[in-house]
Amino acid sequence: MTTGPIRILVPTGSLGAGAVEEEIRYGISRGAQAIATDAGSTDSGAAYLALGISKNNRGSVKRDLTILMKAGAEAGIPVIVGTSGQAGGDANVDWTRDIALEIADELGIRPKIALLYSEQDKAVLKAKNAAGRIHALAPLGPLEDQTIDACDHIVAAMGPEPYMAALAAGADLILGGRTTDTAVIASFALLHGAPLGPSWHAGKVSECGAQCTVYRDRGSGVLISIDQDGFEVEPLTLTNRCDVESVSAHMLYENSDPFRLTEPGGVLDVTDARYAPLDDRTVRVTGSVWEPKPYTMKLEGAAAGRYQTLMLIGIQDPHVMADVDAFHDRMLAALYQRVRSTIGEAAGDFHISLRMYGWNAVSGDRPPAGTPAPRELGVLFVATAQTQEMASQIAKACNPYFFHFPVAMDKELPSYGFAFTPADIDRGPVYEFKLNHVVETDDPLELVRTKWIDLRREEAA
Amino acid sequence: MPTVNDVCHHVRSKNAGPYWVTFDLFFKDAEAFQRYHASPALGADTIHRLFGADPALVKRFAAPDLKVVKISYPRTSAQGGEVERDMHAGQQFVRLLDIALD
Repeated sequence: MTTGPIRILVPTGSLGAGAVEEEIRYGISRGAQAIATDAGSTDSGAAYLALGISKNNRGSVKRDLTILMKAGAEAGIPVIVGTSGQAGGDANVDWTRDIALEIADELGIRPKIALLYSEQDKAVLKAKNAAGRIHALAPLGPLEDQTIDACDHIVAAMGPEPYMAALAAGADLILGGRTTDTAVIASFALLHGAPLGPSWHAGKVSECGAQCTVYRDRGSGVLISIDQDGFEVEPLTLTNRCDVESVSAHMLYENSDPFRLTEPGGVLDVTDARYAPLDDRTVRVTGSVWEPKPYTMKLEGAAAGRYQTLMLIGIQDPHVMADVDAFHDRMLAALYQRVRSTIGEAAGDFHISLRMYGWNAVSGDRPPAGTPAPRELGVLFVATAQTQEMASQIAKACNPYFFHFPVAMDKELPSYGFAFTPADIDRGPVYEFKLNHVVETDDPLELVRTKWIDLRREEAA
Repeated sequence: MPTVNDVCHHVRSKNAGPYWVTFDLFFKDAEAFQRYHASPALGADTIHRLFGADPALVKRFAAPDLKVVKISYPRTSAQGGEVERDMHAGQQFVRLLDIALD
């Protein structure tokens, strides 16, 4: 490490969540040497990887990236973005690249852009699998080639090394594919010789921006300062603060183990980390340990499965409320019977579920006897079938029964509250994650492709 | 016997990747943490009973400085499958609130 601490500005928990210009100015005035943020997660499901689409809308991503690229260009410091476009597949990176090029044009700036791709070729993964270099993580078992084939897209989560290489080659802007959140933030510090334990731990603490602060509604970002003995974290809004609890508690967040975090090439161990207030808004952390391990990258694969069609009704009828579970069971049986009698064998191995919102839709559990009836119910009908057309036909066959299903057969048929016409909504396929495996690599760049768009040079030419 | 809800000021659940769900139980004070953090009622058998998880894979940690118990379990079906009811697992904590601790 050259002189003094390495300072990295983490503007927001995720690109598009809302970077704050004032905060960026403050961070740069405090000596930030790089801006780093991630732009995605698996948390919202497999659709974003399977389809190569963003969860955040284009406008909000463009707004944040404009703020960061402008600040980076003015201060002459690099902007580093990981897991671009929510899922970090090649299409997600390219979507973000196009936004960045549009911004550069609008701002009249000429950054040297590195694009880091970590989407994986199926033949390469099969060869790795055959060589025994792909390992399952619980609860999944050994990887079958047919599972690789079933995926629409597979990414490997990068470590910091591709970012370090791009920074060393002079990148002003890095748009990375799938990467561990921590690696994106730690990369600049690691390139400049900061120690491993504090760099990785600082990356983990700051990965969700102001999530590690006391007042999470005040501002979006934090500044981390990494030195030879530890690191410090402070919020980018002056009225916000970090305290020992807000910083140390972040190791709990979305981790299955609060003390040990597996990353490409090692494990961050914070069992003996010590947290102390440095002043009334900054926390200093020491004692973070990095244990080197053989280099592995975690694989994420997403695939489209069977298709679904939805219908929704609202019910306030007190006769239904008198015994919701019995109503559910009888209606479900009637709907299955209706499909069998009208569509028959052609329906294939279909599935219908009725989710009783207001009663037990979230858990699916039977509420204990004596649970008071709700004032109203939303009943979500979900038909799942091999094709969209069949799911749609199943919903249409069920429509009159779903709409009019009686509590007592000898009374006039009720009509429940449809909110829409047409009543059925084709939802598309179910998107699922298929992999929970790691792949061993010969070196950290083996499964990564770097492409450059050098707008500086294009200007010179 | 007090329940989890009685002795914790905050309980939360969230995905830890697509295959795991994790709970954080923030106890009200050091005394409550000391008394109940190792309660057998928060063991793998309970997580198996409530969520169907393989008890051999359930993980449990105590973080005394934070007065937190963390429990993590593998999902019985991957996030976002055909029968998904809680994509982010953010509502799964509710089933822990009424557990009586001893």
